[in-house]
Amino acid sequence: MKDRLFKAGLLAAACMIVLLTAAIVYGLVVRSMDAFERFGIAGFISSSAWDSQTDDYGALPFIAGTVVTATVALVLCIPFSLSVSLFNGEYFRGRKLAVVAGSIIDLLAGVPSIVFGLWGFYTLRPVLVAAGISGQGFGILLASTVLAIMIVPYSSSLSAEFIAMTPAALKEGAYSLGATRMETIRYVSLPVASSGIFASYILASGRALGETMAVTMLIGNTNNIPRSLSDTGNTMAGIIANQFGEAGGLKLSSLMAIGLLLFLLTAAVNLVAKYIMKIVSR
Amino acid sequence: MENTVNTDYILELKDVSVSYGGGRNAVDKVSASVSPNTVTAIMGPSGCGKSTLLRAINRLHELYRDITTTGDIFLKGQSIFRMNPMMVRRLAGMVFQRPNPFPTMSIYGNVLAGYRLNNIPLSKAEKDCVVEKSLREVNLWDEVKDSLGKKGTFLSGGQQQRLCIARTLALRPELLLMDEPTSALDPISTARIEELILELKKEYTIVIVTHNMSQAARISCNSMFMYLGELIEFGPTKQMFTKPKDKRTEDYLTGSFG
Amino acid sequence: MKKAFFASPAYRSAKSRAFFIAVCLFSTAAMAPLFLILWELVEKGHRQFRPELFTHVAPTSMEAMLARISGEAIPGGILNGLTGTLTVLTIAILMAIPLGIWTGIYLAEKRGMLMARLVSSLSDLLQGMPSIVVGVIVYVWVVRPMSSYSALAGGVALAVMMLPMVVRSTEESLKMLPVSLKEAGLSLGGSYMSVVLRILLPSAFSGLFTGALLAISRVMGETAPLLVTILGAATVNWDISRPVSSVPLLIWEFYNDPNLVGLIWASSLLLLLAVLGINILAKSIASKWKIQ
Repeated sequence: MKDRLFKAGLLAAACMIVLLTAAIVYGLVVRSMDAFERFGIAGFISSSAWDSQTDDYGALPFIAGTVVTATVALVLCIPFSLSVSLFNGEYFRGRKLAVVAGSIIDLLAGVPSIVFGLWGFYTLRPVLVAAGISGQGFGILLASTVLAIMIVPYSSSLSAEFIAMTPAALKEGAYSLGATRMETIRYVSLPVASSGIFASYILASGRALGETMAVTMLIGNTNNIPRSLSDTGNTMAGIIANQFGEAGGLKLSSLMAIGLLLFLLTAAVNLVAKYIMKIVSR
Repeated sequence: MENTVNTDYILELKDVSVSYGGGRNAVDKVSASVSPNTVTAIMGPSGCGKSTLLRAINRLHELYRDITTTGDIFLKGQSIFRMNPMMVRRLAGMVFQRPNPFPTMSIYGNVLAGYRLNNIPLSKAEKDCVVEKSLREVNLWDEVKDSLGKKGTFLSGGQQQRLCIARTLALRPELLLMDEPTSALDPISTARIEELILELKKEYTIVIVTHNMSQAARISCNSMFMYLGELIEFGPTKQMFTKPKDKRTEDYLTGSFG
Repeated sequence: MKKAFFASPAYRSAKSRAFFIAVCLFSTAAMAPLFLILWELVEKGHRQFRPELFTHVAPTSMEAMLARISGEAIPGGILNGLTGTLTVLTIAILMAIPLGIWTGIYLAEKRGMLMARLVSSLSDLLQGMPSIVVGVIVYVWVVRPMSSYSALAGGVALAVMMLPMVVRSTEESLKMLPVSLKEAGLSLGGSYMSVVLRILLPSAFSGLFTGALLAISRVMGETAPLLVTILGAATVNWDISRPVSSVPLLIWEFYNDPNLVGLIWASSLLLLLAVLGINILAKSIASKWKIQ
């Protein structure tokens, strides 16, 4: 009897997760309805308007800003995170140095977003200004650089695990044919671990897409589609954080709609990554 | 040291010891010489250091920390420790216990892996020639010539092992080191590999580690018997199997232990 | 000739060596920001890092301006933020940890079943959800119905973020226990409930504890979801149905106010030290446990 009650309790907890997810999706959809009814789903996504006077809103600049910053961040982070994963998963695998480096990288993942934002604003921005990249320093490049640093821990720690899983027999096979360590990494370890590495980068890009505070402090917050790396822009998360407090009516609904789109975007990205991971680990 | 080396031998081991750090040496002061175009079998109970000795010739121990190799090994009269390790490994090709074709490469790519890994550019015609010749040498050509683009991992275990031998032969090594190449294979595949070894003897020198006494008797000219890291006996296989000099060899061959 | 050069062992060894050095350099560069950030916060914030920081509420913009004009240090601290963070975190912990552990047990016990697979995927989904979206949804379900920003809303938001992490860590640490442990308990005649609660959970305790600590450290510095749920408050407030402040939220406010901007460094330093401290504590518990 007690056991049945206990099991029912466990099931109830699990049901709470289902309920919670349902409530999230339902809440976002219902609250976005006004905006979607007014502008149409395709119309909302493809419109660049953002005007409180005429009550006309569209998500295109923010979708563009989000995708561009995340993509640039991903590209910027690759040399660093791949190095870290080779450092921890291949060159110093199982040694104390790798443990220390791994812990430092993990701690980096713990640094609050707002602190990254401050650092980007006060330390990195003047560097970009001095380099003459843009007048104020704000923009895609600044936001993406900080984002890249922020996602290194996510992409590198998983990749390191996949690289470390390369069978010793294969590596020895390559060495016995006369390959150098770099050649072994390039032609054996990396190709064997490639799908896992790919998945970890997708997972990291999911992080980059949803990042809010650091990006909103650095991107310049202008409601336009960015034309170049030094251009300013805004992201989906950024516009919500900036305008949610003062919003009502159709504007609030439009922000909700952007929230829904962002949710779907990150969910899709995470799903793809998890799917690849599942295939790889089989 | 160098002038004392007899260049008639393709491989000379002088007081080779390997230690895994602390404790007894896994291989202890082994000295032996191998003549060209022979098959030399290294036998002994498991844990006697036979694989460790073979891997020392390929300088594979350098890949791991805490493993130290002492003594000297001469390949065609040249100390391998004074050569570039990559050169050593190319000259002394290695075939492993379990077939290890590269899973990301096709059959074609696997045969050419040595060229790719060593950054040796080949023309398309040269590549085709190397692939066909190497696969023919291991009697695999007829079985795979229509599926060269397929992944090597689709082949059966025996085919995979022959592919790995072809991969090694493609680089034209002076010496072929085989570490229990048939231990993961079924009897039929094993028989084919053994036939292959006898054929390859005409062009290559082979050193093979085996725990299978009858295999050693079937294919080898000379045999080494190792026990607890030491080389107990080394001589013509026939003689060792009929009149072993050492009591421990006799015990092993008669199945008293191991 | 050129061909031979690129394939020469000496050239290739050198290249391999250069690659290794590049890997080390890039890795160092990837780790550097942690120390650069810490250094900057210490350098700029240590002077503000004084007892007043913990005993006084944040100054108003006017107070700070007057102090700045007369050349004095900015008065006040972040007491209202500290109490707010404490309140919000407590609410989040009380909600997320029991529910998360319970769900984690379910997943570990019913692995492979349809419902467990669904819940597992959903908790992945929740884990990947952007923090601002969490804030927005809590606004819809808590702030709106209560018609007030509140500490409770902030707590719910952080709980939603912690939940999937707690579920995962519970599931993982339970799965790591040998099956024989459970079988031994059952064979001694223990009921299913007592085996789970008295044997499995205590055996996995340090794993659960580490997971919970890591989850707390992850949400402690969250700003975005609080922005749209707790609003902020200038005074210390213990009523969970009313707006409160929090440390990261105060940093955001200081950052946006030219008169208060001098306060960001000490508050950020405090926040970062707390987050890193909990992180290191969690890791050291985990590693101690692994050895046994």
